[in-house]
Amino acid sequence: MNNDIKFSRYNFDVVVIGAGGAGLRAAVEARQAGLRVAIICKSLFGKAHTVMAEGGAAAAMGNVNDNDGWKVHFRDTMRGGKFLNNWRMAELHAKESPDRIWELETWGALFDRTKDGRISQRNFGGHEYPRLAHVGDRTGLELIRTMQQKIVSMQQSDAKEHGDAEKYLKVFAELTITEILKDGEKVSGCYGYWRESGDEVLFEAPAVVLATGGIGKSFKITSNSWEGTGDGHALALKAGSALVDMEFVQFHPTGMVWPPSVRGILVTESVRGDGGVLTNSEGKRFMFNYIPEVFKDKYADNEAEADRWYKDQENNRRPPELLPRDEVARAINSEVKAGRGSPRGGVYLDVSKRLPADEIKRRLPSMWHQFKELADVDITEQPMEVGPTCHYVMGGVKVDPDTAAAYQVPGLFAAGEVAGGMHGSNRLGGNSLSDLLVFGRRAGAGAAEYVKKLASNRPAVSDKEIARAHSHLNEPFTRDGNENPYALHDELQNVTQDLVGIIRNEKELSDALEKLESIRKRAAQVKASGGRAFNPGFHLALDLENMLLVSESIARSALARQESRGGHTRDDYPKMDANWRTINHLSKWSGKQVEIDPAKSSMLPTELIEVFEMDELKKYYTEAELAKGGN
Amino acid sequence: MSRKVKLRIWRGDAKEGKLEDVSVEANEGEVVLDVIHRVQGTQMPDLAVRWNCKAGKCGSCSMEINGKPRLACMTRMNTFAEDETITVTPLRAFPVIRDLVTDVSYNYRKAMEIPSFAAPEDLKPGEYRMAQVDVERSQEFRKCIECFLCQDTCHVIRDHEENKKSFAGPRFFIRIAELDMHPLDRLRNRKQKAQEEHGLGMCNITKCCTEVCPEHIKITDNAIIPMKERVVDVKYDPIRWLGSKIRKREGIV
Repeated sequence: MNNDIKFSRYNFDVVVIGAGGAGLRAAVEARQAGLRVAIICKSLFGKAHTVMAEGGAAAAMGNVNDNDGWKVHFRDTMRGGKFLNNWRMAELHAKESPDRIWELETWGALFDRTKDGRISQRNFGGHEYPRLAHVGDRTGLELIRTMQQKIVSMQQSDAKEHGDAEKYLKVFAELTITEILKDGEKVSGCYGYWRESGDEVLFEAPAVVLATGGIGKSFKITSNSWEGTGDGHALALKAGSALVDMEFVQFHPTGMVWPPSVRGILVTESVRGDGGVLTNSEGKRFMFNYIPEVFKDKYADNEAEADRWYKDQENNRRPPELLPRDEVARAINSEVKAGRGSPRGGVYLDVSKRLPADEIKRRLPSMWHQFKELADVDITEQPMEVGPTCHYVMGGVKVDPDTAAAYQVPGLFAAGEVAGGMHGSNRLGGNSLSDLLVFGRRAGAGAAEYVKKLASNRPAVSDKEIARAHSHLNEPFTRDGNENPYALHDELQNVTQDLVGIIRNEKELSDALEKLESIRKRAAQVKASGGRAFNPGFHLALDLENMLLVSESIARSALARQESRGGHTRDDYPKMDANWRTINHLSKWSGKQVEIDPAKSSMLPTELIEVFEMDELKKYYTEAELAKGGN
Repeated sequence: MSRKVKLRIWRGDAKEGKLEDVSVEANEGEVVLDVIHRVQGTQMPDLAVRWNCKAGKCGSCSMEINGKPRLACMTRMNTFAEDETITVTPLRAFPVIRDLVTDVSYNYRKAMEIPSFAAPEDLKPGEYRMAQVDVERSQEFRKCIECFLCQDTCHVIRDHEENKKSFAGPRFFIRIAELDMHPLDRLRNRKQKAQEEHGLGMCNITKCCTEVCPEHIKITDNAIIPMKERVVDVKYDPIRWLGSKIRKREGIV
């Protein structure tokens, strides 16, 4: 029946969708386990959104302060996520991230150094000790380049040993996957198209690792590149898996607000870690007014103490500019709403008074460059204007913490931003780069083990599945309609930005769901004009479906959660409620709409309860949970 | 504050193409990529252009703007005169795929030819010790965002397809230099290989690559010239020449 469908066919053991940090780390692991691996990137190799990570990778190596250790990192991560985190993921992450960083050095990474020659570590919001391994403010570039070069070195070894560089590990650049294929319950492969030619491609593979990153392009103001269209989130939903806690979206407190064309582009948290302060139009350091009760004993309530902390961290509390991101983003939002914002709708971030110009240029070279070239602002002399920007989604594919196996779909795995659970309701800065190394590796290993256990019992790709994928992929060309994908994308971004943004309520969320429904109907009328070869209108028409699914999932989860926690703030339910901590929201696809299924979240095991003071746990857990004790 | 600007965009594919004139809105603070996106969203929905980060960090939106290799996301509209027609064309050194998108696979093939980092065998992960001043030299080259503008502008290959086979280009000379200067890399003949296998000798130091580098990496002064000088030292030092013959091994020492 497929005689008239033209596609090229590849066969691999593991297909990794996404070539950012998590995808590349997964591919390295699966190849090292002896398997044949395909890496699929939507862009050119080495351009994934990981390159934009600036501040660093959090790992409790204890190079700068030897009081640090995995338990402290675990504790900070749980606090940052307001204890909604999957504790097992947070535990694995805290334990394994130092090894993942050290391993990068053996592949050629060059991190900044301490005086005694070890990897330097910097302060960041929510981390008790200096913990972020970094390279100036371009750490993500170092990570991706190191792993890109590790892939090349493995291909060089394969060429030497097997006479073919690409037989065991092949990179497919500028290729988009539109469908996960299944044989019964199990994954049998995936289907997509070359962006360059529009030609269709079938991958037969018993294991698929989703490493597609985030969803930022569903929002108007975002730090994400065009690739952040939630492809993996949507693929998992449609394949019958579930997304967990999608209401939690991180708005990074400091994005550029001017010029308009760069609105949303990230200003690294390192600016604050290295001493930058936030002020309003009255020149006041407003963050002192926004220290929440749960953090009062950790953060300075006066400028003198906050300033002393930069010199003496043992005897002073931290400046409130270094509160977790959700707190700082809400504070900025409130200042602007109260009429104390900058002329262009942000607040001021100033590092020029703390550090000499040379030091700023050395520590924050790309920030200096970015503001100088795009905004005519010299950050060694002037403050920056900043405001919140959609940066990261904490929610994502529900996975098994140890193997990264996706919920209910054997053969499907997920790692990095597309996976959910690790960060709870709010991610700490620096925990993303370490997350993608730790769980990228685990996903590669989990996929490899799964494939080996299958042995020769591999699921088969049926003609019916191919026909289904082919027909879906071609809809933008075959259907009748005259909707413009660019205009519709714009409308979608306005709906999410205005109605599903930093501050939410029931009326606006319900309104958003209605509007999303009407956009979905119109998206079914999107027509791609022009040919198949490198046609961005065609690409966007398909990406738009994913963004719609993701936006619906966020809006429905947000409507269901009647409390405020981390990256989810409801002005009609402004308080955090311990009863809601016991609930995780699973998003599932019914075939017609996203449905929310509340699931019970698990209690910490006894040995991890002991990491905390009981007084702190009482702020987050119900009395019944604490009376029952650890798992 | 919005104004109309005139753009002349190259449209076509590997077979044929031509410059097309468009007039489009531009707002205060915008860059060339913004204006190209507006053309795409309102007039030419299938206009092919590569881009990712829009912040000068990923090196995807490389193209030629008024004949100069530039990142479209870092080229501000207010650098042009109000009535100037801005001409936007694909990178000249690489084959066109469609419109502003070129086939840059040459660069990925060259990357495969450069021997990778050779890790020290006696150090376990976590045991690496290096001084900041020693890693800084290589770190300069690791700032490279692989926009390939240096490759595009280099006249060894810009109009000489035949040289591509034996010439790695400035991007990969800094890759070799970066590894050569890595305090713990074990491979010792990188400079010689650069000269003998990657075409370092074909570079005649016109510094065009340094001029177009959006990361301001001093490609010529800090990578190419030092390597050229040291290759000459080794080549004409009779004792080192004899030593290399007696030890009878290449590379790993």
